[in-house]
Amino acid sequence: MHFPDSSPRASLYYDYQIYPFRRPPELNGDTLQHKVVIIGAGPVGLVTALDLARYGIPSVLIEADVQVSQGSRAIVFTRRSMEILQQVGVTDRMLEKVLPWRCGNSFYRGERVFRMEAPYDEDDRFQPMNNLQQQYLEEYLVDQVLAEPLIDLRWGTKVIAIDNQPDGVQLTLDTPEGEYQLHSDWLVAADGAKSTIRGMLGPRMEGDSYTGNFVIADIKINIDLPTERLAYFDPEWNPGNTILMHREPEGIWRLDYQLPEGETAEEALAPESLNKRIQAQLDMIGVDAPWEMDWCSVYSARAMTLPDYLHDRVLFTGDAAHMLPIFGVRGANTGWQDCHNMAWKLAFAIKGWAPEHLLASYSQERVTAAREIIDEASKSTRFMTPPDRGFRLLRDATLSLSLTQPFVRPLFHWRTSRAHDYLDSVLNCMRDDNAEFSAGPVKGAPLQNIRLGDDDYLFDRLGASIYLLYFSDQAELPMALTLLKDAVTRSGVPFEVVQISRKPLASQSHQVIHDPIGHMHQRYDASEGTSYLVRPDQHVSARWKQFDNGDLLTAMKRLINLS
Amino acid sequence: MNQETIGHTTMSHNTLSTTALEQVYDQLAEGITQAGAEKEALFLTKLALLLANQVGDANQVSESIDEALKNL
Ligand SMILES: Cc1cc2nc3c(=O)[nH]c(=O)nc-3n(C[C@H](O)[C@H](O)[C@H](O)COP(=O)(O)OP(=O)(O)OC[C@H]3O[C@@H](n4cnc5c(N)ncnc54)[C@H](O)[C@@H]3O)c2cc1C
Repeated sequence: MHFPDSSPRASLYYDYQIYPFRRPPELNGDTLQHKVVIIGAGPVGLVTALDLARYGIPSVLIEADVQVSQGSRAIVFTRRSMEILQQVGVTDRMLEKVLPWRCGNSFYRGERVFRMEAPYDEDDRFQPMNNLQQQYLEEYLVDQVLAEPLIDLRWGTKVIAIDNQPDGVQLTLDTPEGEYQLHSDWLVAADGAKSTIRGMLGPRMEGDSYTGNFVIADIKINIDLPTERLAYFDPEWNPGNTILMHREPEGIWRLDYQLPEGETAEEALAPESLNKRIQAQLDMIGVDAPWEMDWCSVYSARAMTLPDYLHDRVLFTGDAAHMLPIFGVRGANTGWQDCHNMAWKLAFAIKGWAPEHLLASYSQERVTAAREIIDEASKSTRFMTPPDRGFRLLRDATLSLSLTQPFVRPLFHWRTSRAHDYLDSVLNCMRDDNAEFSAGPVKGAPLQNIRLGDDDYLFDRLGASIYLLYFSDQAELPMALTLLKDAVTRSGVPFEVVQISRKPLASQSHQVIHDPIGHMHQRYDASEGTSYLVRPDQHVSARWKQFDNGDLLTAMKRLINLS
Repeated sequence: MNQETIGHTTMSHNTLSTTALEQVYDQLAEGITQAGAEKEALFLTKLALLLANQVGDANQVSESIDEALKNL
């Protein structure tokens, strides 16, 4: 029998709520065939369920625990994550609490040797980085899930066995009231870095299994510094090491440092050792405020991915699919890009709007992204935690030179999670004018947000649909486009035309964005007739200088009717 | 005569006169001694980065790295 810990976790600032186990119909002898079951109500599983519900797909969400994340864990959320989270309806609540920021600083021997500002565009609704503890984020997502009748969230329920067949899965689940079987057409494994599903199905991760262990400590303290990334290299109290500091809401600061070589996690987490090191860091930066420990943990940075996220009817996503290094806030931010890529494809396959084969592109696009991340992150890792004597010498030489030689300072560049452009995706249409554009999102990239007015942005207008952004000042759409749109809509496929017009137009049949000074035209290098075909995950799959019905048809075929 | 036939390798456009080479030789030796056994590697690495930046050509630096690794 599975008895989850049902005493609320300890925290100085967060009140854990217990979500009790409820007896499901299967335990009363009902046999149900579900469409989708998702394992793991972490940030990625929760967003997957909400994203699927936008297309009318019901899901069962299985979670072994009865409360949200232990400790703050992921605390930095990127702009792209905010854009994805906006689609599932939690950004309003987040914005009431997040600490937004955009600058990073590197210090060496008491001097700031590098400062970098993440780009921020006046057309962006969200800041480049937003700090919030994972518990809050999960709570907002859980509330959203509880308000969604299509999602059946089952707490206190643990997967213990799986039978994976070409046309569905059978799971054995353990609960406080005994075991039961669950049948589903599809299974999404969002069960985290220690994925039970991965363990039971046996696919092997590829990559480096070990790139270092880090202590993560959250302390409650009053420090009068702005919300920025602070990196301290080679401090006197901890030679050769790097210490990172981030501000979190609720008067909490995150400290992050690598374990000295040869030290075990238990030794590093012993209170004397933690207290001494944290105090030494605070002393070094001249902070003498009292502080209290909220949560600490040891995190091992890995750089590994499954080579394929699709196994018959099982889809791996988030940490279950890959384990990424800590530098660059890669965990949750990457996971949401995964599941946002997957959800519409799974929905389209289930609804019969596209062949099942569409899901292969999920694996192709996101495995490519994971490999890019591993590559980029290993560069940062080589600088932050040099793996051998050669790299250590170069890093130390760079630190030393940085005090007087500006040319080395770009080596401090800190690479953070970014949106991945699916440049080589099989879903991209070959027959387009991508190369001829001098601005706007390239084929494969997510849309660039546009500020349309006060508290009004392009992304606010987007939903669970394929879009054609059609730039035109004409009152009527071309007849061929209207016919195509009607035909696609009749087949059930969510497809909408959004017209961007410099003239004020009213239309019953489609959304019109008024672009009086041509700002969006300019950002998208658009003139009369320019069109962008946009996937439901907001990535561009084709763009044309001039609309042509035949080209659009070809691109739509490419996107959802693959053979 | 053009520069390339004067120098030893095709990549260098400027080579040192014997007097200048001797000066570098002495100063480098003194620098290594002054840095001390514990810091000599750090000193030489810094120097290599500074000179690489002055050369301004990654390929040329790469050839020199390969050259220096020979006959160790
Ligand atoms: C100690 C620690 C510190 C971290 N710090 C950072 C950080 O500073 N920055 C950052 O970006 N990321 C950080 N991360 C990573 C970040 O938390 C993850 O990337 C993120 O939570 C991944 O989300 P996920 O939904 O894929 O998996 P998870 O959040 O791990 O969720 C998986 C869920 O599946 C459930 N589950 C697992 N097995 C079963 C089973 N057999 N049956 C039923 N349910 C199951 C688990 O209970 C869990 O709720 C940290 C992680 C840890 C562990």
